[in-house]
Amino acid sequence: MFKMEKNTPIKPVETQQKQLYHIKVNINGVDYEHDVEARLLLVHYIRDVVGLTGTHIGCDTSNCGACTVIFNGKSVKSCTMFAVQANGAKILTIEGLSKNGELHPIQRAFWENHALQCGYCTPGFIMQAYWLLKENPNPKEEEIRKGISGNLCRCTGYQNIVKAIMQAAKELRSK
Amino acid sequence: MIPRNFIYFSPSSEKEALELLNEYKSDARILAGGMSLIPLMKMRLVSPSYLIDINKVESLSYIKEEKNRLRIGALTRYYEIEKSSTLKKLLPIMNEAATWVGDPQVRNMGTIGGSLSHADPSGDFGSVILALNGQIITSSLNGQRTIKADDFFVDSFTTALNANEMLKEIVIDLPEGMNGGAYVKLERKAGDFAIVAVAAQLSIDSKGNCNYAGIGLTSVGPTNLKAKKAESFLLGKQLNERTIDETAEIAASEARPIDDPLRGSAEYKRAMVKVLTKRALNLALKRARGV
Repeated sequence: MFKMEKNTPIKPVETQQKQLYHIKVNINGVDYEHDVEARLLLVHYIRDVVGLTGTHIGCDTSNCGACTVIFNGKSVKSCTMFAVQANGAKILTIEGLSKNGELHPIQRAFWENHALQCGYCTPGFIMQAYWLLKENPNPKEEEIRKGISGNLCRCTGYQNIVKAIMQAAKELRSK
Repeated sequence: MIPRNFIYFSPSSEKEALELLNEYKSDARILAGGMSLIPLMKMRLVSPSYLIDINKVESLSYIKEEKNRLRIGALTRYYEIEKSSTLKKLLPIMNEAATWVGDPQVRNMGTIGGSLSHADPSGDFGSVILALNGQIITSSLNGQRTIKADDFFVDSFTTALNANEMLKEIVIDLPEGMNGGAYVKLERKAGDFAIVAVAAQLSIDSKGNCNYAGIGLTSVGPTNLKAKKAESFLLGKQLNERTIDETAEIAASEARPIDDPLRGSAEYKRAMVKVLTKRALNLALKRARGV
């Protein structure tokens, strides 16, 4: 056993200084600047540094799509990107969809069609649907199913998610 | 999961990237789409000290038709390949194969050069490039090299790239006359790696004889495999049920599958090589005939 006096103060250990990188990112129209480690994942940056926790981490292995965000106009899995890669990028997350307190048509369609149960996968699905409908405003059911094949939902069986995206597509087209 | 730390570079030109690669060699990795590399880093199976992110080097992203050749830049993303009208017109097997890669988000990032350099025997495009007799152009500070796809894949996750080289582009001689291709994949679930997949590219002359046959096999060997014996068997022959059946049989004998608890026994996979080769050849033939 160590000989220890009571209340020995704990001392900090000298560590190698961390190399940090200065990044500028626009998320949902707001500019952010931070110093980050190279290995910081984009999803951790969005959630823990910026504080936007609507983007979820599911599998953390780029299978489940819960962390999907729109990155320079394309849907990507933010768990499989580094924050440093986002320097100069424009990112849209689930928090950026509603305008003036009103739900985005995709969000409302998910609500109205009961396209979620636990809701964990929902932000990822909605962001993927957002990209899908930008690419293909009038998708067939099969195209929707293929379009969301990178997102997993363990509650709904997908039926209502597909229905919701169909409804949102119709509504967005009429706008 | 958090990877080990690394020094990050984001060069804005190919030359700058090659200089960094030349300096750090095997301590560095090129980051393109990152769809294979980042998961490997997160699982700490790969921990490069230096990461050279080429995503800002836009000159590496293109699909160009040039005389009788097609050139695809290493940084071309699967999304671009899937949507490319040039490819739809000239080599639609590429568009088809792209739809089988991962899922839409993965295809929005993942690049053809990245996945070929990663050299996963379960990768889809290795087989496509083998079936098309593609060439890999590499670049380094010492200049460029041209490597036949068949010589590029050395072993699982191992390519002919030297430590100071990166994959620059893929060059494919365009098929002539009546031609067609197909990529047929068997998977457990959407977006998964193949249990088995087969790429087939055919050209036929006016008499219906085969004057080009390319067959690439996915997930049934240490690398993507070129079914050379099957290809040369078919060459010059009439394409019919019997010859296609025999070709598929030969392709199955060339496969080197292993038992795996996730995607089936070697025996099953070999049987599936035969089935899928037949399907791919029949589809390619149908497309070559334009029916």
